[in-house]
Amino acid sequence: MSEGIGASVLRKEDKKFLTGKGRYTDDINRSGQTHAYFVRSDVAHANIKSIDTKAASAASGVVAVYTGEDVAADGIGGPICGWVVPCRDGSPTKEPPHPILANGKVRYVGDHVAVVIAETLAQAKSAAELVEVEFEELPAVVDLESASSSAEIHKEVPDNCYFDWELGDEASTDKALESASRVVKLQVKNNRLVPNAMEPRAALAEYDDVSESYTLHTTSQNPQLTRLVIAAFMFQIPESKLRVVAPDVGGGFGSKIYVYAEEAVCTWASKKINRPIKWTADRTQAFLSDAHGRDHINNVQLALDDNNKIIGLRVDTICNLGSYLSAFAVSVPTYLHGTLLSGVYDIPAIYTNVKGMATTTAPVDAYRGAGRPEATYLLERTMDAAAREVGMDPTEFRRLNFIPKDAFPYQTQVALQYDTGDYEPQLDQAMEMIDYKNFENRRSEAAKRGMYRGIGVSTYIEACGIAPSAVAGALGSRVGLYESASVRVDPTGTITVFTGAHSHGQGHATTFAQIVSEKLGVPLANVDLIHGDSEKNSFGMGTYGSRSLAVGGAALVKALDKVIEKSKKIAAHLMEASVEDVEFNEGKFAIAGTDKEKAFGEIALAAYVPHNYPHETLEPGLEESAFYDPLNFTYPSGAHIAEVEVDPATGVVEVVDWAACDDFGNLINPMIVEGQVHGGIAQGIGQALLENAHYDENGQLLTASYMDYCMPRADDLPSFKVGYTNTPCTHNDLGVKGCGEAGAIASPPAIINAVIDALSPLGITDMSMPATPLKVWKAIQDSQSVAAE
Amino acid sequence: MYSTKYVKPNSTSEALEAIKSLNEGKFLAGGMTLIPTLKQRLASPDGLVDISGCKLDSISDEGETLRIGAMSRHVSVAESAVVKKVIPALAKLAEGIGDRQVRNRGTLGGSVANNDPSACYPSAVLALKATVHTNNRSLAANDFFTGMFETALEEDEIIESISFSKPINANYIKFPNPASRYAMVGVFVAQFDDGVRVAVTGAGEGGVFRHEEMESALSSNFSADSLKSINIASDGLISDLHASSEYRANLIKEMTKRAVA
Ligand SMILES: Cc1cc2nc3c(=O)[nH]c(=O)nc-3n(C[C@H](O)[C@H](O)[C@H](O)COP(=O)(O)OP(=O)(O)OC[C@H]3O[C@@H](n4cnc5c(N)ncnc54)[C@H](O)[C@@H]3O)c2cc1C
Repeated sequence: MSEGIGASVLRKEDKKFLTGKGRYTDDINRSGQTHAYFVRSDVAHANIKSIDTKAASAASGVVAVYTGEDVAADGIGGPICGWVVPCRDGSPTKEPPHPILANGKVRYVGDHVAVVIAETLAQAKSAAELVEVEFEELPAVVDLESASSSAEIHKEVPDNCYFDWELGDEASTDKALESASRVVKLQVKNNRLVPNAMEPRAALAEYDDVSESYTLHTTSQNPQLTRLVIAAFMFQIPESKLRVVAPDVGGGFGSKIYVYAEEAVCTWASKKINRPIKWTADRTQAFLSDAHGRDHINNVQLALDDNNKIIGLRVDTICNLGSYLSAFAVSVPTYLHGTLLSGVYDIPAIYTNVKGMATTTAPVDAYRGAGRPEATYLLERTMDAAAREVGMDPTEFRRLNFIPKDAFPYQTQVALQYDTGDYEPQLDQAMEMIDYKNFENRRSEAAKRGMYRGIGVSTYIEACGIAPSAVAGALGSRVGLYESASVRVDPTGTITVFTGAHSHGQGHATTFAQIVSEKLGVPLANVDLIHGDSEKNSFGMGTYGSRSLAVGGAALVKALDKVIEKSKKIAAHLMEASVEDVEFNEGKFAIAGTDKEKAFGEIALAAYVPHNYPHETLEPGLEESAFYDPLNFTYPSGAHIAEVEVDPATGVVEVVDWAACDDFGNLINPMIVEGQVHGGIAQGIGQALLENAHYDENGQLLTASYMDYCMPRADDLPSFKVGYTNTPCTHNDLGVKGCGEAGAIASPPAIINAVIDALSPLGITDMSMPATPLKVWKAIQDSQSVAAE
Repeated sequence: MYSTKYVKPNSTSEALEAIKSLNEGKFLAGGMTLIPTLKQRLASPDGLVDISGCKLDSISDEGETLRIGAMSRHVSVAESAVVKKVIPALAKLAEGIGDRQVRNRGTLGGSVANNDPSACYPSAVLALKATVHTNNRSLAANDFFTGMFETALEEDEIIESISFSKPINANYIKFPNPASRYAMVGVFVAQFDDGVRVAVTGAGEGGVFRHEEMESALSSNFSADSLKSINIASDGLISDLHASSEYRANLIKEMTKRAVA
């Protein structure tokens, strides 16, 4: 069986993970290691009147206690914002300081006030209880809609508004709304989520006083970026004096993209005490201080003409970015959200205004899908609302407005240009898979059992493989968005791939090896992957935004092409032929029209034992690297259809069936792709039915443990029917688009549309996420009391 | 967790002696509640007396009653042939507690002593007219539970076993809290010769309680229909993020209907 592109080979990395041999940051220990514990604010918003660390410093086992004053005295800066946008009035994004230990003020429950470093974790915790912080409490700012008129959180951020940004043509959009024969209006809220990676964040920081350099092991999705930010921006030390390693990382979902205060504090302090420092978040700290996701309110207006064609879309959004601006907090609701508002539809006029607000809650940033789930949710909810208003089947209404397949490349009104796509076959296939046409029979059968059955559609598009750097730069990104790859061929033909992408569950060790196997004809077992170490890997941008394959994989292909090119020259020399006549197929270099051939291994050996070698024109060795900066985003799309049953007696929503038909371009490993789809849908079901981060009016996070924050479990999920269409990406060599976030993007509106469809016989037309039993039951009760009146 | 002493005696009397020698000692059963409390530093006992060696885990059919040792793990009750034969509803209840790991550790005695308002077992104890046997007395279920997380247990009193009266018919239906999967409402209905008992957990501000109106309705007619006209008051019911008191009232009736269906 082929092990190359398209083969569902088992994951090379799973033996390690399934047998408990993974090596995570917390598994690594150093002699002389100390333990850090952070004193965190238990109030949402306060001035710090005083911090008394005397008793803590004197406590048993304590090595050091530091506060924001110590950080400031050493001139250590805070994490920076990686992307900013201009405001409507021309002013820049307001970027308040984000000290790594609070300086004068705390701004959310969980804000880091001091660090206690001790011989053992228990000693650090005990001493932390002795740190006395006197707060002067200020009003908490929790409600998003009133945030602009609430207490000032940062003096640099007037009206608690970080930015007020717009995209699209307001005049033509408002004209479309005025001239429309119907305007569909809807307010939707995107609930706030806690990422909940299985492995909590952790850091192990060391300082070597001989080389005067730091080593930081940490839970990062992009260790090179962490190195750049900490060294150049926060510490202002030569970048070469910091090595950052992200060993095995147990899930990220976005939350491990950013540099957090804790790892920076540990790194800084490791030099001060000249001993290694270990810190691992417990689950409560993770709930309080990991960057959260989503939290939008969107007001949508969709303009239709007499024929039910969409002629305009206006979306006014306010989003909660929390107490400080996290690295990509600004880009998520703007360029990763506003640009997706055309969806898979031909919309001639679009305008969006987005206000990014500060509140006294944890910072909010990218979470699986990052902006695109929010755009998809509001759009797909609106499509259903519109279909209902005009009395059309929701699939027919979508078809009427799809971008036709002959319209590609398609320029949207919100900056993006889609290269390829074909949306009808996806919808056809998903409808076939779920037997859409017989749905009404299933609805009546369920009604006989006293259950309300509903079906909900979501036809989405997303933008992955975030790129090109030049475009991102023009839009406010402060980083490039290329990726790097190196291929080192050993003398015997085994291969090590180095990538700037980072796998924390995605399976790169397998998919990247499959690409090598396909291109060079070597067995999968002969290919190893090294990632996540700034000392070993070239600079790269890490893994998020479903970019690893579309950008990192494409870089790997470029490096492999260079290997092949050089190998051909060696082969030509060995077989005394001209390079043009060398053909490479299935691991063999052959001379056209002859029976001469050399195996890939023979070429590798010649490269490293160059006794007979074209030294005049070629260097020995076989090792190549490449950087790839894509020409465009990639545009996966698809149709997801959910079927639910609602029990009116309890309000429980059961997801009973699911069909997903996605276009990810070419698939490298269909099994891994299917796993990504399953995981994404599970997360979407979590958002739509179960998960909600709830702060009370005092800014206390009430859902700070699994007792109250509900993660999806296996029995919350149906068996998924997964299918594909394929319009290969036109601008990367693999024709791939990315699949990591699609499920989480597509699924929430499919479920809520299905719930609303189920309850439509009761006159219910709205439902917010998460559709908990309480909320659904209440909606049913209210509809019945309305009916009774 | 603060550092603490740990002892594992071999009998109840040794356990009692051990606990008396401590200022603020705690019995440790399955540890499923106690250990997380210690880890979060919400309690700092100066010693733990592990009672898992005290031979309190037998399960026996005693004619009128079924006696279950306090240290019986949830998994043992769920899988016990005797329990399944004599009071299958009790085995079903145990099977529905937490997850496999929790069931392998958690115990009947720990659950009842803790009297978490969302725990499942207290409803069975109350509905099945159980008697709680401690090291020095026997308490009727009605007198045992005294409020949320409160019981009639004295300091340093140890539950040794619980005898459950055998019903003609019994059932437990739990509506789990979506997040914790403890009971958001759990209803244990038990039918005896002299009437029906309905005990509700997960819902009452004062912990587990009996619903007398449903009891008398079901005593005269053991069917879901007989509950139709009953209006469950929401006062006194817990209201939280997951369920308002009105919703809990609805669930109490709904779960009771399902229990007798
Ligand atoms: C994830 C999770 C899910 C759970 N889900 C459920 C659920 O769905 N339904 C449910 O009912 N429960 C649930 N539980 C609770 C669990 O089933 C145990 O019943 C509970 O934790 C107490 O039992 P234990 O044996 O672990 O007691 P421990 O934690 O050891 O002790 C609890 C308390 O009781 C005292 N104690 C223990 N035994 C005795 C005794 N014999 N005499 C006197 N005092 C005693 C201890 O001193 C301590 O104060 C869950 C727990 C967890 C962790």
